[in-house]
Amino acid sequence: MTDAATREAYPVALAQLVEQGVDVVALDADLSASTLGYQFGAKYPERWMSVGVAEQNMVGIAAGLAAAGKTAFIASFAVFLPGRCFDQLRTSIAQPRGGLNVKCVASHGGVTVGEDGASAQAIEDLALATSLIPFDVIVPADFEEARQAIIAVGKTTRPAYVRTGRPKLAPLFDANYTFEIGKGVVLRPGTDVTIVSCGIMTSIAIKAAELLSNEGISARVLHMPTIKPIDRDAVVAAAKDTGAIVTAEEHQTTGGLGTAVARVLADACPVPVSFVGVDRYGTSGKWDELLTYFNLTPDRVAAAAREAIARKR
Amino acid sequence: MPTNATALPTDQLKSIAKRLRADIVQMVYDAQSGHPGGSLSAVELGVSLFWNHLRCDPERPDWPDRDRFILSKGHATPFYYGILGQRGYFSTELFKSFRSLGSLLQGHPSMNSLPGVEMSGGSLGQGLSFAIGHAIAGRLDRRDYRNWVLLGDGELNEGQCWEAAEAVVHFGLGDRIIAMVDRNGIQNDGFGKDIMKIDPAPMFRGFGWKVIECDGHDMAAVDAALSEAERPADQPRVIVAQTVKGKGVSFMENNPSFHGKAPDTDQLKQALAEIEAGL
Repeated sequence: MTDAATREAYPVALAQLVEQGVDVVALDADLSASTLGYQFGAKYPERWMSVGVAEQNMVGIAAGLAAAGKTAFIASFAVFLPGRCFDQLRTSIAQPRGGLNVKCVASHGGVTVGEDGASAQAIEDLALATSLIPFDVIVPADFEEARQAIIAVGKTTRPAYVRTGRPKLAPLFDANYTFEIGKGVVLRPGTDVTIVSCGIMTSIAIKAAELLSNEGISARVLHMPTIKPIDRDAVVAAAKDTGAIVTAEEHQTTGGLGTAVARVLADACPVPVSFVGVDRYGTSGKWDELLTYFNLTPDRVAAAAREAIARKR
Repeated sequence: MPTNATALPTDQLKSIAKRLRADIVQMVYDAQSGHPGGSLSAVELGVSLFWNHLRCDPERPDWPDRDRFILSKGHATPFYYGILGQRGYFSTELFKSFRSLGSLLQGHPSMNSLPGVEMSGGSLGQGLSFAIGHAIAGRLDRRDYRNWVLLGDGELNEGQCWEAAEAVVHFGLGDRIIAMVDRNGIQNDGFGKDIMKIDPAPMFRGFGWKVIECDGHDMAAVDAALSEAERPADQPRVIVAQTVKGKGVSFMENNPSFHGKAPDTDQLKQALAEIEAGL
């Protein structure tokens, strides 16, 4: 398998949904060359529209499409969707009873968007999306998982937010993998600490676990693609089995994966937690340079694991 | 019953309008909150639409071929619920529960909770976009329903309205979307000319719409304007109805403070008497 960006799964998954009989209509807001929505449009021109640089209008149109029975998909960058149209998501899509059947697939999530710099680096999108009550919120870690996640949300009637990314990443999963909304996946067993991660941070968490292993620390890696609804059972089991937790996400440590995990722990099984994330605005740079700049590295995750372990009673 | 095959005569529409005005004032009085001003200004538009133009069947609110009425100025719920109740979507007995705990008649419209409500509202500027979605779906599904959108003039301060206005033209949806502007000249904080002076007619023209202007309280003129808007044309149509905020109640007319305020008991008595007398 070749390296691929999670965003590349979007047009592939949309076409597969149509082939499976889902009545998809997809919209873009003048970023389709980057979200790759145009590739779906080339295949199914009657099912794809560009609405221009107008995210608020795009959300409203999607709500109307869903109200008329369509499965509406909307795509933009994660800074603009939900940032530029949050109130429209809330009023037009989230508040009607049960939520409307609209799926947001926001590409260029996190800091790895790269050279475009701070304004383009979405580090608040998960906080906003998870605050929309009926929404499922998913951050896939590789192409295959993104493809399956987009298909999975396309088959529910609930609204959803799926965050994809720009850089090409080595595959983590093959066609034998089955993504399920709301389920975490243990990618590496461990007994001393659990690293809970999503998106690009999962491959970094695996490297961190390898570093820890060299010092005799057994770190579990619990990949958590669904931030909401969080896999409560997997988080509680990790806390009970390993007694310490690290969360790692390409997002602020407020309002994203770390918050969701900590909420479960506070409720069901309090253990020490260390949070790895991005709590400042960014700068231009290559995506891999930015991971280092923001300390989203195996070394930092391993250090956070040691900190959490040290706080065990 | 589906919309009458033969149009109701103007005097019958006027008597429906009179009852609607009384319902609006009574609902806001009973709740001791709500938005009477922008409800009273829209009465003639709503009555003409729901009794003479909208293809609808209150017994089948989910009928796929129904015309959609989308209330973009979502605060005008006394107007909206008054019409839906009178038209038979639900019992007018529900009026008493307006804005009370757990009522189906929420302060702002709540989609999927009350028959006839097509969109959740309350945050302004979103209705025209929603109508575009319905219109595109209708075109894909080869259904010929129309989408009627009622906008406030203050609401047109919201940029999203203009994102949608250009998209209606761009996507060629003029025969599927008809916009109506309740041009009462008053918004939450005061007169529009002081808050944010806009002139909807030339603005819509500039976006490529055909503008049909009318006296929004002359029932025959409103009915004719809606008929004209229904006729196929090259451009999308918007009716800009010149209206009076609080129309029909002397102390509410052109009074910004009755945008969102309830009358007291003496004021209710006076208002109902004035409506009955046909001020």
